[in-house]
Amino acid sequence: MVTVGVFIMATASSIPAFQILFTGNNLEYIFAGSSVTGPIPIRIDSLSAWFILIINFTFITGILYGVQYLKHYKEQISNISLHFAAYISLHFALTAITVIQNSLVFLIAWEMMTVSAFLLVIFEHTKHTTLRAGLNYFVQSHISVLFLIVAFIGAAAKTKSFDFEAIRQFTATSPEFIGIALFLLFFIGFAVKAGFVPFHTWLPYAHPAAPSHISGVMSGVIIKMGIYGILRMILTVETDFYFVGIVILTISVISGVYGVMLAIVQHNLKKLLAYHSIENIGIIGIGIGIGCMGLGINSFGLTFAGFAGALLHTLNHSLFKSLLFYGAGNIYQSTHNLDLEKSGGLIKFMPQTAGLFLLASLAICGIPPFNGFVSEFIIYDGMFNGIQNQNLAQVLMLIFSIFALAFIGGLAMLCFTKAFGTVFLGSNRESHSETAPEKNIKKLIPMYLAAVPIILIGIFPKFFFVLMQNTLNLFTDSVPSGNAIFVASTLSTVSSVGYYSLIFLGLIFLIFLIRKKINTNRTVNCNATWGCGYTGNAERMQYTASSFVRTYRKLVNPVLEIQKRREDVTGIFPTSGRHEIHPYDKIEKILIDRPLNRLKSFFSLFSFLENGRIQTYIIYEIAFIALAMIIPYIYEKILILVSFLQSI
Amino acid sequence: MISFLLIFISSLFFMGILIRTKSLASGRKGPGIMQPMRDIIRLLRKGAVYSRTTSYIFQIAPTVYFASVLAALLVVPFGSRSGFISFNGDFVFFAYVLAMGKFFSIIGALDTGSSFEGMGASREALFSMFAEPAFFILMGSFSLLTGFTSFHDIFSSLHLASHFAPGAELTRETYLSYVLAVLATFVLVMIAMTENSRMPVDDPNTHLELTMIHEVMILDNSGFDLGLILYTTSLKFAMYGALIANFFLDGMALPFGIMLFFVVQFLFAVSAGLIESFMARFRMGHNPQFIFILSSVSLLIFFAVLLLTGKFV
Repeated sequence: MVTVGVFIMATASSIPAFQILFTGNNLEYIFAGSSVTGPIPIRIDSLSAWFILIINFTFITGILYGVQYLKHYKEQISNISLHFAAYISLHFALTAITVIQNSLVFLIAWEMMTVSAFLLVIFEHTKHTTLRAGLNYFVQSHISVLFLIVAFIGAAAKTKSFDFEAIRQFTATSPEFIGIALFLLFFIGFAVKAGFVPFHTWLPYAHPAAPSHISGVMSGVIIKMGIYGILRMILTVETDFYFVGIVILTISVISGVYGVMLAIVQHNLKKLLAYHSIENIGIIGIGIGIGCMGLGINSFGLTFAGFAGALLHTLNHSLFKSLLFYGAGNIYQSTHNLDLEKSGGLIKFMPQTAGLFLLASLAICGIPPFNGFVSEFIIYDGMFNGIQNQNLAQVLMLIFSIFALAFIGGLAMLCFTKAFGTVFLGSNRESHSETAPEKNIKKLIPMYLAAVPIILIGIFPKFFFVLMQNTLNLFTDSVPSGNAIFVASTLSTVSSVGYYSLIFLGLIFLIFLIRKKINTNRTVNCNATWGCGYTGNAERMQYTASSFVRTYRKLVNPVLEIQKRREDVTGIFPTSGRHEIHPYDKIEKILIDRPLNRLKSFFSLFSFLENGRIQTYIIYEIAFIALAMIIPYIYEKILILVSFLQSI
Repeated sequence: MISFLLIFISSLFFMGILIRTKSLASGRKGPGIMQPMRDIIRLLRKGAVYSRTTSYIFQIAPTVYFASVLAALLVVPFGSRSGFISFNGDFVFFAYVLAMGKFFSIIGALDTGSSFEGMGASREALFSMFAEPAFFILMGSFSLLTGFTSFHDIFSSLHLASHFAPGAELTRETYLSYVLAVLATFVLVMIAMTENSRMPVDDPNTHLELTMIHEVMILDNSGFDLGLILYTTSLKFAMYGALIANFFLDGMALPFGIMLFFVVQFLFAVSAGLIESFMARFRMGHNPQFIFILSSVSLLIFFAVLLLTGKFV
């Protein structure tokens, strides 16, 4: 039933979306609305269309996976019904957000998204940690709403209209600093949703707590609503984009590097993936930042490459991240364990999940011939091209971003060799845990569905660029024209990337065939792994996830907050030793925990008021009523006194 | 096309020359130049033993590793003659395709479930992570200098060799661009040594698993796979040699170019051998610092380019 519902909604919104993407003609309806909201314009332009398609695809794979995933909980009927209802309303809310251009109604849709996502996250609400994570998400989302309300209502108060169009006119006519301030307010509001550092702290809690398909949808599209909002505001607010671009670029570089640095030291697979979402949001942000810089300095190349990279990476990330989360779901349901330290050797029980997880890992590291490479490539290409003909500050900014992007790539590789290697390869590190082999083929179907575009974008990127063309035109229109040659050369570059990837795949197959042919005539034996002469139980001796990144951890220790607890094996009759490592987010500690604790200790000064005796509470009420009556009386008397004094 | 062929030819001799240099430096006669190649051919014809712990990852990892280097070779030009394929930003592809090979060699090592191989894999992942930014800054500097973004265009517009032409004037820019080429050569040699896990980052002749990087990752490979991996190392060396040669090749007549190419490869092999003979391996903990030095040297190149292009006022 739910699946059908999602399908209907997806088809209904996809058809116009495709039409708009191909033709570039925007749709516009204006509902009359009420006296409060004013007219409600629904405008579907190609930016909305692009996001609608991303949303629909992820929601379809999400529901196909979710229905199978939730079969484990089939006794909780009412819980599941609520879950699916929230799922549908989330889908509706997201689609609404991308098309509504009336700030008041937009905020209502935004709130609807937050509430339904909250309901989806707390599916396992009997668990304390889940509820806590859900509430954390709920509260932080409302901080985002707070900024948005200030920005939207502030603009509406000046313009007397809730239409986005009014914001454009308002910022075009008012002094520059107002535009910048307004944009930064919007940016902070949307950045909380998107998970830019330092507004990211809800993300690593919400993702692991949610069921896997919801984590996939959250990471795939909900945080992308922040990106949508930022892009929409770039199209709406007229401001100094050079300055804004530098701000976005700096924050994005920090998000990218910090996200992946923390991801590497995580032990929980889903938490690791959540930190990786922050990294990928950083990469998208680098694209947006470069695009904005391009807008600011009227450079077509930078604008085109930056926004193309950002838009494509938004799609790419929604594909491979949802695939990774579904993979994590499969792992969780067959081993009941997401701790990297205790897993291992799963590839023998679930070869297909392992293969798909590997594919997505390669894609997320930006390795050809997969989709992640294409979007990172276009950003690199834009930066290397843009580095010419700029002044010193811009050149330094760009080379710094290139450095960061390359560094992020390297770190991501460290992270995913660790994740894939310790979960799927080797042998199980906890010999007693049981693993169920993958039986449910239906669970794999949505995963394969997500894997197909990952490969397609990697090999035929040109098609997706053509699809994106109209969306890109929205951003590049304001830059001087005469750039058809540039677009054509970029397209040919992109298609040679595709051909090259194809050659690469061909080479792999060719060599593998040769190898197979040669090996058929040779003696091939199986034996134990070489253990330096030791033949005992080698499973417990394997390199664990922590030991894999030990050197790295020592290097980054000053930057990150890592607590270590160890008990050495000592004495003549030694007891068992322990070694525990707990990574914690330093930014969270400084920005969230400390202020919260201060606030708590301040409010605890008043805790004597809340003593639980009903009599005292009645006294408070009487005191309140008395004050409410006395204060106006006294005020009146004072007024009389003042007027009396004045008359003298 | 021609670069591919030449790299293939020099890869046949590279390890031989390197090993011969080492043995001569230590006062031994040493094996013949072709000995490493003979070993590889023998390995390619042998049967194999696989660990029971391994899965299909272990089977495909050496193949992907080898294929990635082959694919990377496709974009390497020969002076002003382009490689098989050339497009804007192809050096990004070059770096990332090599990363694919590295990814597979790392997970191939982890697939055996051996603690030694995990150790090697961990180091390989970490060190290659540090080497990557150096390469990108280097290429960024050269694309800033020349205004192009593909290997072929960059190398064919560097015009270092043309200063040898009779009547050419030696200006400040010429000297500076030579300094650049020398620094870039240094960075590329060091990246090659890091990527191939040679001294001073890793010692291929060490006999203790705890101190190895690359060698310990391939402990369980045998037969065809091992041969493939060993040959990939020579190929990778020759590839970096070709990149270095490209700095000096542009616009040269083909016979001279080919001669220069082989001279550069020979010098590269000899200097790699000499580095290995007269340098001790760093302590593992010092390796990240060393590799980060490469990034700073690349930054030096970048600032020199800023000077040359007049961005610094």
